Amino acid sequence: MKFGIVTFPGSNCDYDAYHAVTEILGEEATYLWHKDHDLQGSDVIILPGGFSYGDYLRAGAIARFSPIMQEIAAHAKSGAPVIGICNGFQIACEAGLLPGALMRNSHLQFVSAQVRIRVENSGTLFTNLYETHEILRVPVAHGEGRYVASPEVLDDLENDARVIFRYADAKGNISADANPNGSERNIAGIVNDGGNVLGMMPHPERACSPLVGSSDGVRFFESILARVAA
Amino acid sequence: MSKFRIAVHITPRKGLLDPQGKAVSDALHTLGFKAVKNVHVGRYIIIETDSYDAITAEEAVTEMCGKLLANPVTEDFEIESAVPA
Repeated sequence: MKFGIVTFPGSNCDYDAYHAVTEILGEEATYLWHKDHDLQGSDVIILPGGFSYGDYLRAGAIARFSPIMQEIAAHAKSGAPVIGICNGFQIACEAGLLPGALMRNSHLQFVSAQVRIRVENSGTLFTNLYETHEILRVPVAHGEGRYVASPEVLDDLENDARVIFRYADAKGNISADANPNGSERNIAGIVNDGGNVLGMMPHPERACSPLVGSSDGVRFFESILARVAA
Repeated sequence: MSKFRIAVHITPRKGLLDPQGKAVSDALHTLGFKAVKNVHVGRYIIIETDSYDAITAEEAVTEMCGKLLANPVTEDFEIESAVPA
């Protein structure tokens, strides 16, 4: 399986994603330049973390108009997997691939920390090797990660089991204390209504080795392989 | 074609938590401006554009706000009248 990792000016987690796919997962990966119009036969697209276009105007607001986003929108529409991590989540929301938006953290500080998230739905393309309500340790690193959407959209996401990850404490409680950015309903990750586009603020690609404090992200990538192989 | 100048005010959607506005409000209270009730911090964008007339320029900027300058989920915008630049 081939992963296409998009590099925007200011992306900085593209190498981490490449490492996770090629070294940990053992699959093929290629960098896709944001000005290109060719996904180079990629099966899975990763919009990586970083600060595309310096976060000018709003995080992700300008990256969404990069030429390659047209092909990525078509890829998503066809039902193929698209993963937006951190800045990639912000870009996916700005592009309308996912509902809602990411706003300035409620405490106004950049947060760089190892956090816990609870798997809310283990039936998805991205989580089928996790247990429901399993607690994962993954890092976050963002200044604008507070997920917001209208109450109606939030209700729809919950009713459709499209909230995939929530910030939780070690016991799995969904509490304000465990919420690193003030996200509505502790939401850390969601999928679109087709279930093929995922956005999340935490970084599974940076939780793929005991060396960096957690391997909980490995099964995120393995889940995609497992589902496609099945 | 003439040159017009249009100012756009973009503010956080009312009712949404505005932590930046709250931080500024708290700082003003600390400075002794106790009468301050609310502060909202947004963006002020000035656009200079060629256009046949003011109305057409304002319509174009409204479209720009919808597509790029403001986030329809989290922000409101107001456009000032176009003035000759």
